[in-house]
Amino acid sequence: MSVRVEINKLVKNFEKVEALKEISLKVEEGELFGLIGPDGSGKTTLFRLITNLLVQNNGTIKVGDYDSRKDFKEIRKITGYMPGRFSLYHDLSVEENLNFYAHIFNTTLKENYHLIKDVYSQIEPFKKRKAGDLSGGMKQKLALSCALIHKPELLILDEPTTGVDAVSRKEFWELLKKMQKTGITIMVSTPYMDEASLCDRVALMQNGNLLALETPENIVNQYSGDLWQLSTSNMIKIIVDLEGVGNGIKNIFRFGEKVHITSSGIEFEELNKTIIDFLEPKGHENIIIEKVEPQIEDCFLDLMDEN
Amino acid sequence: MEENNIIIVENLFKKFGNFTANNDLNFVVKSGEIFGFLGANGAGKTTAIKILSGLSKPTSGKVIVAGFDVNTQSNKLKQNIGYMSQRFSLYDDLTVKENFRFYGGIYGMSAKNIRLKTEALLKRLDMLNYKDMLLKKLPLGWKQKLAFSVAVMHDPAIVFLDEPTGGVDPITRRQFWELIYEKSSEGVTIFVTTHYMDEAEYCQRVSIMAEGKIEALDTPSNLKKQFNVNTMDEVFVKIARKVN
Repeated sequence: MSVRVEINKLVKNFEKVEALKEISLKVEEGELFGLIGPDGSGKTTLFRLITNLLVQNNGTIKVGDYDSRKDFKEIRKITGYMPGRFSLYHDLSVEENLNFYAHIFNTTLKENYHLIKDVYSQIEPFKKRKAGDLSGGMKQKLALSCALIHKPELLILDEPTTGVDAVSRKEFWELLKKMQKTGITIMVSTPYMDEASLCDRVALMQNGNLLALETPENIVNQYSGDLWQLSTSNMIKIIVDLEGVGNGIKNIFRFGEKVHITSSGIEFEELNKTIIDFLEPKGHENIIIEKVEPQIEDCFLDLMDEN
Repeated sequence: MEENNIIIVENLFKKFGNFTANNDLNFVVKSGEIFGFLGANGAGKTTAIKILSGLSKPTSGKVIVAGFDVNTQSNKLKQNIGYMSQRFSLYDDLTVKENFRFYGGIYGMSAKNIRLKTEALLKRLDMLNYKDMLLKKLPLGWKQKLAFSVAVMHDPAIVFLDEPTGGVDPITRRQFWELIYEKSSEGVTIFVTTHYMDEAEYCQRVSIMAEGKIEALDTPSNLKKQFNVNTMDEVFVKIARKVN
């Protein structure tokens, strides 16, 4: 079972701070939907509004046929929420936490064991251990188990992979993909751009605005301008040395061991010559410029810059 | 040459009861280097950083940082290093200027020197106008840049950065790394941990820990060659998965 989520012109202010500025979006049934953006972009506020932990200043939220203001009790029954900060009971054991959440939703661990088996089996050997004594990765799995125990139709995960190492992050996403196959609608937020490509669709957020709402493929396809990667013998000083290179060059960003340069209306030969003439007097050697395809992070940098 | 190595670690063991958190670590960090210290959660990074920064003693082994032995000179050592972590950094209920004054005082800097340094560092960040603002009013990315500036205000020979860029946007992350490169070009050694694998590529050499041991240590490009892959992300996954 799954539901769609419809958000229409949603506004939320905290005193003078506009946390969400008229956001509208739809999440389809069974979709794995990503909210991508830095701290302070409004991801958590949006999740707290959907889960009725906050009330909006304006706009509507519908989860299935339920309205967030009128039917919040119904929405809570069908929503599983894993907050960004670990919010289970530290002084209860793994098993006690699960039983507690199952009981609140009028079910039992035994009845819904099959729903959480994939996640829970990994921490079951430690079921007598207090939640406060678990490692970070194990806490995360317990929180996910608790969010799933009442068979929600909508699962909301607020930055489940922040501070998690690259391998555990991959494993977590494999788990989400598997869960999605059971038909549940999943909304997940992350500050890691590379995780965007694992979602069906993503919303790129910044300062309470939606910069883009698309499939990861389309975000990349809609990238305007040309993207080049540059490497030289001195990558440490490269950004400082490229200051003022100008003429047709829009942006210069470090990208792993290379530098990514965006340009528009300028051919390779001209760009190549401009950069070589600019860098060679500053002692750079082995200057190599190649055209590359943008990644999600390039698109985000570009969209951020336009706004 | 030993004097060019700002960190020397030989046969470092750290045990908690039956659990070996650091299992025979051996490595050096060269003076002026940007050194990435990577590993999965629970691999033993935090334990090692606590030892390197003089907060914890090894069970056995030799550890020299900035010329001081962690076993016998940990107070001297602490005066000569900078430290910044995402979890513990500046005080939210002090102003920007007060945070500088507080940390400068801890490091025994003179009032005049604190004033000059504060001015210069805030000028570099283009934040002179915000010096009387409470820290909690500032965005996370600004706080991170301030925390870094505070960590280097006493001119340490080496600065430890424990996941300094978590949670901020990709532009702010890149600005932070330009600050790192700038300090590095002044000769300060940078010792940094991160979960962002593109940031691993920004380091001159990286080590990757798994289950208490250093499983790999080289330049990013050599590591990619060694493991026959194109990105540091793949190197990391290969090492961490092999151990599991």
